[in-house]
Amino acid sequence: MVQSIDRSQGRAGSVSAGSVNTYGTYTGNRALQLEEPLIFEMGQAGRCGVDLPEPPKMKERLNGLRRKGEVGLPGLSEPQVVQHYTRLSQKNYAIDMGVYPLGSCTMKHNPRINEKVARLAGIGDLHPLQPVSTVQGALELIDSLAHWLKTLTGMPAVAMSPAAGAHGEMCGMMAIAAALEAKGERAKRKTVLAPESAHGTNPATAAALGFVVKPIPANARGRVDLAALKAALGPDVAAIMLTNPNTCGLFESEIVEISKAVHEAGAYFYCDGANFNAIVGRVRPGDLGIDCMHINLHKTFSTPHGGGGPGAGPVVLSAALAPYAPYPWIVKDGDKWRVAEDGAKVDGMPLGRLKAFHGQMGMFTRALAYIMSHGADGLRQVAEDAVLNANYVMAALKDVMSPAFEGPCMHEALFDDSFLKDTGVSTLDFAKAMIDEGYHPMTMYFPLVVHGAMLIEPTETVAKEDLDQFIGALRSLTAKAKTGTAADDFKAAPLYAPRRRLDETLAARKPILRWKPSNNPPGTDPLKQAAE
Amino acid sequence: MRYLPLTDADRREMLSVIGAKSVDELFRDVPESARLAAKVGGLPDHQGELEVERAFQGLAAKNLSPGTTPFFIGAGAYRHHVPATVDYMIQRGEFLTSYTPYQPEITQGTLQYLFEFQTQVTLLTGMEVANASMYDGSTGTTEAVLMANRVTRRHKALISGGLHPQYRSIIETTAKWEGFTANFSKTDAEGLEDLIASVDRETSCVVVQNPSFFGHVRDFTKLAEACHAAGALLIVVVTEVVSLGLLMPPGEMGADIVVCEGQSIGNGLGFGGPYVGLFATRDKYMRQMPGRLVGETVDADGKRGFVLTLSTREQHIRREKATSNICTNAGLCALAFTVHLTLLGEAGFTRLAELNHGKASQLADRIAALPGVTVLNDSFFNEFTVKLPKPAAEVVEALAAKRILGGLPVSRLIPNDPSVENLLLLAATETATDAGMDPLIAGLKEVL
Repeated sequence: MVQSIDRSQGRAGSVSAGSVNTYGTYTGNRALQLEEPLIFEMGQAGRCGVDLPEPPKMKERLNGLRRKGEVGLPGLSEPQVVQHYTRLSQKNYAIDMGVYPLGSCTMKHNPRINEKVARLAGIGDLHPLQPVSTVQGALELIDSLAHWLKTLTGMPAVAMSPAAGAHGEMCGMMAIAAALEAKGERAKRKTVLAPESAHGTNPATAAALGFVVKPIPANARGRVDLAALKAALGPDVAAIMLTNPNTCGLFESEIVEISKAVHEAGAYFYCDGANFNAIVGRVRPGDLGIDCMHINLHKTFSTPHGGGGPGAGPVVLSAALAPYAPYPWIVKDGDKWRVAEDGAKVDGMPLGRLKAFHGQMGMFTRALAYIMSHGADGLRQVAEDAVLNANYVMAALKDVMSPAFEGPCMHEALFDDSFLKDTGVSTLDFAKAMIDEGYHPMTMYFPLVVHGAMLIEPTETVAKEDLDQFIGALRSLTAKAKTGTAADDFKAAPLYAPRRRLDETLAARKPILRWKPSNNPPGTDPLKQAAE
Repeated sequence: MRYLPLTDADRREMLSVIGAKSVDELFRDVPESARLAAKVGGLPDHQGELEVERAFQGLAAKNLSPGTTPFFIGAGAYRHHVPATVDYMIQRGEFLTSYTPYQPEITQGTLQYLFEFQTQVTLLTGMEVANASMYDGSTGTTEAVLMANRVTRRHKALISGGLHPQYRSIIETTAKWEGFTANFSKTDAEGLEDLIASVDRETSCVVVQNPSFFGHVRDFTKLAEACHAAGALLIVVVTEVVSLGLLMPPGEMGADIVVCEGQSIGNGLGFGGPYVGLFATRDKYMRQMPGRLVGETVDADGKRGFVLTLSTREQHIRREKATSNICTNAGLCALAFTVHLTLLGEAGFTRLAELNHGKASQLADRIAALPGVTVLNDSFFNEFTVKLPKPAAEVVEALAAKRILGGLPVSRLIPNDPSVENLLLLAATETATDAGMDPLIAGLKEVL
């Protein structure tokens, strides 16, 4: 297939022939780096990647609403489809390829047994609305995972249905709103406190529910300023939303005092459990006095991130919030499980429903397989090794990079950009140079409270020798930056990735969000044009 | 433990570099009262792969899988054949184990397939712009209502009685806690609802489903006109996306936002999730959309590439002013959707839709011939509602005892409503066979 380079749909900013085909090949390919068009540029009428039988001849019953024109889908054969998506896959970095130290995201190994069991016909091929008598094993599976989550967190209840962490936040904050309403306090408690370092989802969730978000400052140690928190607490406060360990990778050492103060003020304690992986098996959040916490199954319990989802965000609830858990409730009567759905009588006052059916079953299955593989002993080791790896990175880099805070970290090491001062190299440049070294960059510019933040989370599944090489690469880049003459090299990075730096301003200023034939100059065939 | 590479020797050496005597020292910020001295009690220890697999096989054996038995349930989740290529492709580690494409130089694979996905969604729905997916159709529908409230600066949504009952329930929950009005039209099993007279100058949006929860195929062109005349948006929900292979797309009827449950293409039943929500709208509302968007751009060498874009709508930038608190999509399910739809192409997608309609028509004719049973639908795609001479829940249980999964009793999702007690919702896709329909018909004859 003759393909070439630079089909930019007539974009302003697309380049002249002179700079096209950097590598001097006819195809624009560079050995294993293969340029790949869009499916819409490849299709041919008359090709199809499936063989389906002749439909039965029946009278049409579509109320006269049959589609008039074509959908406009391209036709490809199966081998073309396989090659297309295989080539695309090779333009991605992934955990399966190496260190993926994306802080706050927890990119740990995704075991394949989890994929295998999720695909057993008796689990993966079940309809959510089959009679419950025919899905007893599925309900038992959900209940088993619920049992693990409750026991590991030391909490009495869990709502399983939220589809992702942010959805779990919504669930937890709705439960708080429901509890306040039951006490007749919803109208007067309109304030939610959240540290400045919080994930963006926290204020977004609170605001969606009509709360006013008030930021709480951090102290010099990167923790919540307890005095400031106490001063902010009052009869108008509904809840605090606090991530622990926090987004600076630090344990909130005064968390017990925080929860005491919050409860004394009549408010609830929402804990963002995004970083539960740092403490699983060593700390039960229930012992810290929290009222609810979502658990990102794709973080702590290693369900695959899949290029951005699907996730799952079960929420553990204290006794005070448990009655408000949304439908469905999985209930065990004797030795049988049943599903209490909308309107069913349960021992509580469900806040409503957040998602169709029963939650992200496929994620439950993978998470449970991961949990059973580790067991109580292995999960404790997970937290210890994750924290050990992060502290090792911190210790091995602290003389050349600039840790944001003193003392040991938890599962991630946070640096600011002061070590790059006067080098002309920014956090972004530094991250892009890591790409050429074969690494996915760390999280950049988050948390917002640290200037030019670089948040490194190795996770427990990276071997020491791989960490050593990673540390060596960062030390080398640091030394290069500090020569003060390498800024141009850093700004040019990455050089060896499937793409150089992309123009994000152009993308936002003139959004092209879909392929259209008209994106190409009229009367031209982009394939031919490029080949010429 | 097979997933943990550190040896005890590694751990000792690393602790000495850190300058700590033990791992416990690294946890010194944890208040003493909350430190667990040992593993959490009452839970089993780690297990080998063989033992884990065996445990799941045991759980699986306690379920009745649709692939092994006559099966006719739909109601928002449909059992279709998923080509082997789809599952192979989504299990490639480069897709499966990659994160959100925040570093576009090394995630062009994800970004390009999402761009292709967005384009496919606009083509199917007849809309101008689509996002990179939502959690699923049910949550996407509520997000559409919230978006309509933002666009119109109004706070009163009108919800059809033909919308999936659980979708209605989610809107009701969100309305209660986020503070807007949702008026619910009564259950519309007959497919005769007319909402035009209910649209007024305070209405932010009307939410309808096509085909409806009860299977009816409706033309919403006039409703769209009424909405637009009143300054409201029309939201059309499609829970069976294969229907768009045959039916006029909602965009042609004048819809302003279209939300689909995309599970039918590429994604198995999975006991209800994860699925994939499709979300499409008009260009003019682009910046009010929730969720991630992928856009085309060029790199420093002028080559075409793709990036996440318009993120100033999103929570990680806008925080409490974001269009939504959503921070993820259903990336891998969207990939499954895209691969399957690419395999189908124009010819395969149309053929698949025709097959579904044909099979369901065959089933409807056979059911209608049963004494005492009425098919309520004049129109349908692959799912329709029948009225039985006795409560449908009893009938479905009796069929299940014969290992026949014979549809959904509507009363399961709309409880405490005598008008739906005898209604049964039946679906037939391309996976239905005569060998499966025969026992259903025989079973119904016995239990009715």
